[in-house]
Amino acid sequence: MAKLDNQVLLERLEQRFAEHVQKTDEPFGLLSVETSKEYIIEVLKYLKTDKELQFIYLTDITAVHYPSQELSIAVVYHVHSLIHNVRIRIKVFLNGDKPEIPTATTVWNGANWMERETYDFFGVIFVGHPDLRRILNVDDMEVFPMRKEYPLEDPNKVDKKEFFFGR
Amino acid sequence: MSDIKLAPAPPGVTGSGFFATTLDKAVGLARANSLWPLPFATSCCGIEFMATMGSTYDLARFGAERPSFSPRQSDMLLVMGTIAKKMGPVLKQVYIQMAEPRWVIAVGACASSGGIFDTYSVLQGIDEIIPVDVYVPGCPPRPEAILDGVMRLQDIVKTESVRRRESEEYRKLLESYEIHKDGEIR
Repeated sequence: MAKLDNQVLLERLEQRFAEHVQKTDEPFGLLSVETSKEYIIEVLKYLKTDKELQFIYLTDITAVHYPSQELSIAVVYHVHSLIHNVRIRIKVFLNGDKPEIPTATTVWNGANWMERETYDFFGVIFVGHPDLRRILNVDDMEVFPMRKEYPLEDPNKVDKKEFFFGR
Repeated sequence: MSDIKLAPAPPGVTGSGFFATTLDKAVGLARANSLWPLPFATSCCGIEFMATMGSTYDLARFGAERPSFSPRQSDMLLVMGTIAKKMGPVLKQVYIQMAEPRWVIAVGACASSGGIFDTYSVLQGIDEIIPVDVYVPGCPPRPEAILDGVMRLQDIVKTESVRRRESEEYRKLLESYEIHKDGEIR
């Protein structure tokens, strides 16, 4: 079997989803595509269940915050085909005020913790997730710390001023 | 005479066939030379402590022969490593479960002040949740520094009044950490 190359992969996706899937980039041979929250689950299902592509391994779900953009939260999916040893990255851009996206736990059970982590740090609501609560941070936390909305250091702290360290 | 070193006798009155000193000093001598450690090790400082307990540095010389990973019978809580805010309640519970008298050593920069982890998820020093007697600086401190910390604590224990733990002042100190006499956190 010839190695599945990105050109073929992209053609297959465009054939199936037309303009709802767009290529954005291909850094280091990693095909990156963008889609919308209406189509993301279908795209994932297609990649997983297609007889030829067989992207059966969900590597990661995470998010990125781009504060300067109108759609400021990007949810990122990395899906890997263990059969072809090829990976694809799928991004979905969401409104930062109310980032909601359907859950991928319907496709992979492994998405459960990844989505909890993404909710924990970015506040992305995964609609239909069976148990969407924080996983790493303390339960009573009210902020989403990986969003670029906060100063890196507490400006009111005095215990780590430079003069304490002879500088 | 053998070359085994004994702890020196506390100051007191020596006469023929008797030696008189205060109960405080006698009890302090006994307590200081049998500090049983409870290691609470989360990171690299814990590894340094393991070296401290090994044969080269031999913490057991100080009467700390019984390390226990249980609050039972232990006097000296050594907190070694980064304490995340999520770990805070666990550490506090361990401290509350220890019986009086109990002492705390914060080993290394993280336990003392949060160290380099000046971030939202890390407790900026364990003295925010439990009282600390001795801080050991270093990142991580060498075993010698940990031994020095234990010896500083011995000085504190030797001079501590037997009545200190029942005093109003001590009760207020614990209440400032929201630890009450019945062990409840209210």
